[in-house]
Amino acid sequence: MKCDLIVVGGGPAGYVGAIRAAQLGKRVACIEKERAGGTCLNWGCIPTKSLLRNAELYHLLQHRASDLGFRFDNLAYDWSKIIARSRAVSDKLASGVEFLFRKHKIDNIKATASIPEAGRVACKGADGKEQILEADSILVATGATSRPMPGLPVNGKTVIDSHYAMIIDPQPKRLVIIGAGAIGVEFAYFFNAFGTEVTLVEMLPNVLPVEDTEISVALERALTKQGIKILTNSKVTETSTTKSGVRVTVESKEKQTFEADCALVAIGVSPLVPAGVSLKLDPKGFIQIDDRYQTNVPGVYAAGDIIGPPWLAHVAMWEAIQAVNGIFSAATPKRLKTFPGCTYCQPQVASVGLTERAAKDKGIKFKVGKFPFLANGKALAAGEPDGFVKLLFGEPHGEIIGAHIIGAEATELIAELGLAINLEATHEELEETIHAHPTLSEAVHEAVGNAFGVAIHI
Amino acid sequence: MPITIEMPKLSDTMTEGTLLRWVKKVGDNVAVGDVLAEVETDKATMEMEAFDEGTLSEVYVSDGQTVQVGQKLALLLGAGESKPAESKPAESKPSAPASKQSDAQKKPDTEKKAAQTKQSESPAPQPLKTADAESGQRVKASPLARKVATELGVQLDDLPGSGPGGRIIRDDVVSAHENRAQTVSQAPKTASPSAPAVVPPQPVSQQDVQIQLGGMRRTIAARLLEAKTTIPHFYLQTEIDAEPLVQLRQQLNTANEAAGLSKFTINDFILKATAVAASHVPKANASFAGDTIVQYGSVQLACAVAIDDGLVTPVIRDAQTKTLSQISAEVKDLAAKARSKKLKPEQYQGGTITVSNLGSYGVDQFFAIINPPQSLIVSVGAILKKPVVNAAGAIVPGQRIVLALSCDHRVVDGAIGAQFLAELKRLLETPALMLV
Repeated sequence: MKCDLIVVGGGPAGYVGAIRAAQLGKRVACIEKERAGGTCLNWGCIPTKSLLRNAELYHLLQHRASDLGFRFDNLAYDWSKIIARSRAVSDKLASGVEFLFRKHKIDNIKATASIPEAGRVACKGADGKEQILEADSILVATGATSRPMPGLPVNGKTVIDSHYAMIIDPQPKRLVIIGAGAIGVEFAYFFNAFGTEVTLVEMLPNVLPVEDTEISVALERALTKQGIKILTNSKVTETSTTKSGVRVTVESKEKQTFEADCALVAIGVSPLVPAGVSLKLDPKGFIQIDDRYQTNVPGVYAAGDIIGPPWLAHVAMWEAIQAVNGIFSAATPKRLKTFPGCTYCQPQVASVGLTERAAKDKGIKFKVGKFPFLANGKALAAGEPDGFVKLLFGEPHGEIIGAHIIGAEATELIAELGLAINLEATHEELEETIHAHPTLSEAVHEAVGNAFGVAIHI
Repeated sequence: MPITIEMPKLSDTMTEGTLLRWVKKVGDNVAVGDVLAEVETDKATMEMEAFDEGTLSEVYVSDGQTVQVGQKLALLLGAGESKPAESKPAESKPSAPASKQSDAQKKPDTEKKAAQTKQSESPAPQPLKTADAESGQRVKASPLARKVATELGVQLDDLPGSGPGGRIIRDDVVSAHENRAQTVSQAPKTASPSAPAVVPPQPVSQQDVQIQLGGMRRTIAARLLEAKTTIPHFYLQTEIDAEPLVQLRQQLNTANEAAGLSKFTINDFILKATAVAASHVPKANASFAGDTIVQYGSVQLACAVAIDDGLVTPVIRDAQTKTLSQISAEVKDLAAKARSKKLKPEQYQGGTITVSNLGSYGVDQFFAIINPPQSLIVSVGAILKKPVVNAAGAIVPGQRIVLALSCDHRVVDGAIGAQFLAELKRLLETPALMLV
């Protein structure tokens, strides 16, 4: 059997790339060793959003019920059911991807793939059956996996990664989370909401180090208030597993040792490069590509987490579409410029474009506009007055170059600003666009006004 | 209120217009939509319509007079109005072509103007078009691109867009601006004859394609029309024996190859010979400057390079002082930069003489148009194998190149051109001369 395209990996880059090629009328095979959907759908974005929804509701009922006029006794939760719901959501979506494969007549092959040479992919099924597939082009979308911490190997019990963290049962009483990126912060919020004693350790000066510093500082305050112990500028220097759990020594200004039931390692990801033909890698082991997403081996392309940061599902999907468009047309595919980043703790954090830090580093002249949700009618009515919108505008033209939101529904509010940046909108277009009242999105509108001295409610 | 009618800006390149004929006379009643006058722009003749009603009280410009955009043409009075005491035409509008920026600033005035001109193929003038006049299609451009375009004076309607869905984004505007700067300064303006109106081509079939002019194409069209119509060109040509050149090149390239160096092209030798010949015949390396002739003290050797959407002529500085290897390396570098549009102004400005070589396309011979303000351009054809009569009177196979000169007769007379061409021929037929 000869295909036009073989996609290695069935995650967001893989399945989206396969469907895009099928839309272009190509014969496509997609090889995935586990279930379609990749980390995102099975062990990442989606199941954690299910868990976080539970956490958010429980937190609301536990701490805010009386404000909201609810009264009840014996509020309780069922940990196993919470986990089961999360798994069920993944199951449903994974079968959705399998349906899409069938709909687009994509050969969905469950096997481990290697690429002996350009044009050929060797598949080995779980039953040991081997076959060789041939195609004109190969798209490597093998993704990445949790990066192990030296000296603290994941054992699934006392040392876990994000994969184990979302199915850990029983619930740990004390948890040390190493790394305060989006994954670390989301799990910190989740476990803390259900009463686990959480210590969040970050080597860099702030949690969510890629976000605007002002946002990170606001989040640190909010999470600390919720009871999470945050240690920034802190390095894990020693770890050991004990009879009952794990001991973690953290060095910042002073040395502290924490005993916990388990430690969650969330210090980033490592690439999963397929075996076979030698693909050129960057110093961190991710596949290097050219402007057409082609590797050093002609005919072998790569997209998604495997080509390096940012490791985000929506970026992977976009890259895969660009790569496949490029494979089957003469048009030059686009490379990533602007992308949103979201963290789904409460308050949520979302951003797109440059941080204030980055704008300064680049020597860009800019203006800042801010608006607090405290002055937004809908936020008050919803009982969500925490957080703010912060927008950066280039000078002199007033184009929007960065947007940072912390607060309820921040992750939904960011889309407008992604569109604005992508279309090179300036403050005038945002200003002149009527934002419905009452909505949280009015805070975006007012932050624009704030930068140019025309905000009404502040 | 009395309404002043000004010369409208009817096209993006229009800086002045000729009032061909007043259709309405002083004292005539004018209704909205009436044709007031006929106006000739750099592109076409158009009818200027009244946008207000009233009586034509005064005209400040007579038939046939050419005035700057924005200059007052006439005064329109409403019923019962009398003309204001100070109603006088602005005599001294700045005569320099208005910059785009000031055009943009004038926009509010333009909008208030009482008269606009009707032109079937163009909408009301605006500093920036939002729609393609002929196809009626919307020009997709980002708000930021529009702002930057207004600032830089870049036309959006013919720019290729690289944003989402072909939308013009800031980078497209900035690179168009840089390109234009490159082509404009490569051929500095010496005179500005009014460009004759273009006879519009009739549609031939459904398959006809209309290609909008880019900044570079516009400049090429304007500069070469100007060069060909204002410079008294004359042409000389000679055929040279290319055999010694081919042999020398082969020897040098064999040696270079062994040493891992890059090879010389025939054009490298021609560039070198042109540089040497121009320094030997300095009268050919000169420019016409109105009252004087500037004879250059050095050879700034321009070399025509075809690029995707036009051509540029990067310059080898002080080429008379450079060796064949230096020239070869430099032209390679400049051509690569030209193709990737990375030339800096100092790399394409200030040429004193140009070489254009179409030999690689198999062209036998041609006469290039002079690249002003230079006075001479060398056109080089392909190496042709043909029978030649040798010194002994026998017909033998030979290798020949036709070299042609286009000369500006204001600067270079026939004898000077011939002398230059003879020098070029001598050097190329005895190429070792260039190496010493």
